[in-house]
Amino acid sequence: MANDTVIPKTQTKQKVAFYNRAENRSMVFQVLVAAGLAYFFYTIYNNTLTNMEARGIRTGFGFMSQPAGFDILLKLIPYEATDSYGRTFFVGLLNTLLVSFISIIFATLLGFLVGVSRLSANWLVSKVATIFVETFRNIPLLLQIFFWYFAVLAALPGVRSSLNFADSVFLNVRGLSVPRIIWGEGSSIIFYAFIAAIIGIFFLSRWARKRQEATGQPFALLWANLGLLIGLPLLAFLLTGMNATIEVPKLQGFGFQGGMTLIPELMALTVALSVYTAAFIAEAVRAGVQSVSHGQVEAAAALGLPNAKVLRFVTIPQALRVIVPPLNSQYQNLIKNSSLAMAIGYPDLVAVFMGSTLNQVGQAVEIVFMTMMVYLAINLTLSTFMNWYNARIKLVER
Amino acid sequence: MDNTFTPIEARKPPSGAIGPIAWMKASLFSSPVNTILTVFFAYIIIRFVPPIIDWAFISANWVGTTQEECTKSGACWIFIKQWFSQLLYGSYPESLHWRVNLALIGLVAVVVLQFFLPQHLRRRVGWVSLLVYPLISLWLMYGGFGLETVSTDKWGGFSLNILLAFAGILMSLPIGIVWALGRQSEMPFVRVVCISSIELFRGVPLITILFMGSVMLPLFFPAGVQLDKLMRAFIAITLFQSAYMAEVIRGGLQAIPKGQVEAANSLGLGYWKTMRLIVLPQALKISIPNIVNTFIALFKDTTLVLIIGLFEVLSTIQAALQNSNWLGGHHIEGYVFVAFVFWVFCYTMSRISVHIEKKLDTGHSRS
Repeated sequence: MANDTVIPKTQTKQKVAFYNRAENRSMVFQVLVAAGLAYFFYTIYNNTLTNMEARGIRTGFGFMSQPAGFDILLKLIPYEATDSYGRTFFVGLLNTLLVSFISIIFATLLGFLVGVSRLSANWLVSKVATIFVETFRNIPLLLQIFFWYFAVLAALPGVRSSLNFADSVFLNVRGLSVPRIIWGEGSSIIFYAFIAAIIGIFFLSRWARKRQEATGQPFALLWANLGLLIGLPLLAFLLTGMNATIEVPKLQGFGFQGGMTLIPELMALTVALSVYTAAFIAEAVRAGVQSVSHGQVEAAAALGLPNAKVLRFVTIPQALRVIVPPLNSQYQNLIKNSSLAMAIGYPDLVAVFMGSTLNQVGQAVEIVFMTMMVYLAINLTLSTFMNWYNARIKLVER
Repeated sequence: MDNTFTPIEARKPPSGAIGPIAWMKASLFSSPVNTILTVFFAYIIIRFVPPIIDWAFISANWVGTTQEECTKSGACWIFIKQWFSQLLYGSYPESLHWRVNLALIGLVAVVVLQFFLPQHLRRRVGWVSLLVYPLISLWLMYGGFGLETVSTDKWGGFSLNILLAFAGILMSLPIGIVWALGRQSEMPFVRVVCISSIELFRGVPLITILFMGSVMLPLFFPAGVQLDKLMRAFIAITLFQSAYMAEVIRGGLQAIPKGQVEAANSLGLGYWKTMRLIVLPQALKISIPNIVNTFIALFKDTTLVLIIGLFEVLSTIQAALQNSNWLGGHHIEGYVFVAFVFWVFCYTMSRISVHIEKKLDTGHSRS
């Protein structure tokens, strides 16, 4: 080749001393860190073993199969005091998931409502929303839980003078009693119909999107989906002969029989968690909506889109991109905060497992480790799901 | 000829466009839906706000010393008055309250100085107070060296919340910086260690870490080493806060353009000098608003130490409500008071954070 650059022989590579090379230094540093950590954990491990031996604490997970001997206030799966510690773990875990799930739904609804209200053109509405956010964001959650539990719910009337709504919903100091639906025989078909409806929605949405891309014709997807979701189970219900009854709670003796009773601990925790988290979600929603530039909305209006469509096709999709990441961390915070249940005696994972079980068994290391891992696992799962959702709604750039 | 231009006086805007009536029309009754909303909220406000004001101020009980003197229908603020010193200082000996006061005043002074000192003194004074103030306040609180010793189980009340929060943020700052730098490091082992510590402590509730501190930590130390309860809570809070701090600082580090590091490298600066002189000063500066925000979160979270049996302000209120002389159900007064105190602190700090953010905005951010 003609224009090959000739490297002069004299320009040899500069020699770097062995101990000055970046890769060697980083290797030495990492080995040092590893050795330090290993020594640290080894000391801890040794000390722990010695201490446990001195105090007569056993190790291992053998305790999980021993009978627990205490009852739990709220259980979603059958549980007796004679059941094992292992089962208390699952009872507590389910209670944590229950309160987190309900609170996430309420917090999201309330948060979006308040967030949008803060941007309302109505002066009064936006001021009320601002006061809501600034009040509940700046007061410790534990204090709010105490407030709802000890000050509000404890002040409700006794069982005999319950607040009565249409003779079927009763609110008193022992909780909220609501009617319960008792499914008759063959009702499982309704459940299957529901699942079929969800699968149907999935395929219908795909078909509608393809058709619109191919022909440009829109399809009233929302209504069709709603129809499927309600229609199919309803049809199954009618076909099976309306085999379900409603059980209304009735005052008998000192309490309500029948129906379903939400314990006050659950109510206080749900209200406090929802309101507290809603204040943070509202801020995220406001920031998201404000991040959509005016030009977008004006351009949409110039194209002749009506307000509802501007909202649906222009504002919301762009705002969601900004809202979803903070929403994700708020959901994780809510799940972690649900552990404050312990302070008012709602039997969640921390109260049952790290409280009662740890008190009886005394195997701190195993129990604290297990509890921490559960929260980590829940949060990682949620985070994975939210990241998947975030990737779906992300701006597709060329 | 007179050629000077004299503008005619501007006409007033039409009466329908300005004034209170026009404002109300535009911002309260612009559409039927808005009118309904306005009427609804106005009704709620008229229905509930006057009774609350009446309860809290007009028919409240202010004078007296016992529960029996709360004869009027409103709030019984005597309850708060009688427990005030407990709520603020816990069981700290009354004759020594001045020491707590001095520590808190010192804290306020250190913070306020940062706002009012001339620019060239700020950083120097900041570093000195960051190193010296914690030692002085620890000496004031705990005693020794000529002061009477007050053991930590006597510390309590709102001052404990403040001290825990400040101590937590101070300790978590260096750990957070190290973790954040480690997370960005090119050494795989260091990165893995830092990421797993951050994610571990960020992914679990503070309560579980506090429990870890109170039941597991004593097992980790050789026999004979006694860690006091406050110390264990403090270690737990520091670990928790460091993870959050690391994430905040990572946000700041990521916002620094790569060119800064490359420029520093081409000038011949090594890693530590690049970080210390170029990257960290910029990264920390833009992280300040978020550091204040995590501080607010931590401050609210210090109430959680009540679960492991420390007498911070909320557990003091709970104890006061159980006191046999005050069994009249003063829950609302107690909670409203504590909530108000927290609210004032947190709201002020969040305003400060917004203010700093505006002040730090040097025009680099493009929206």
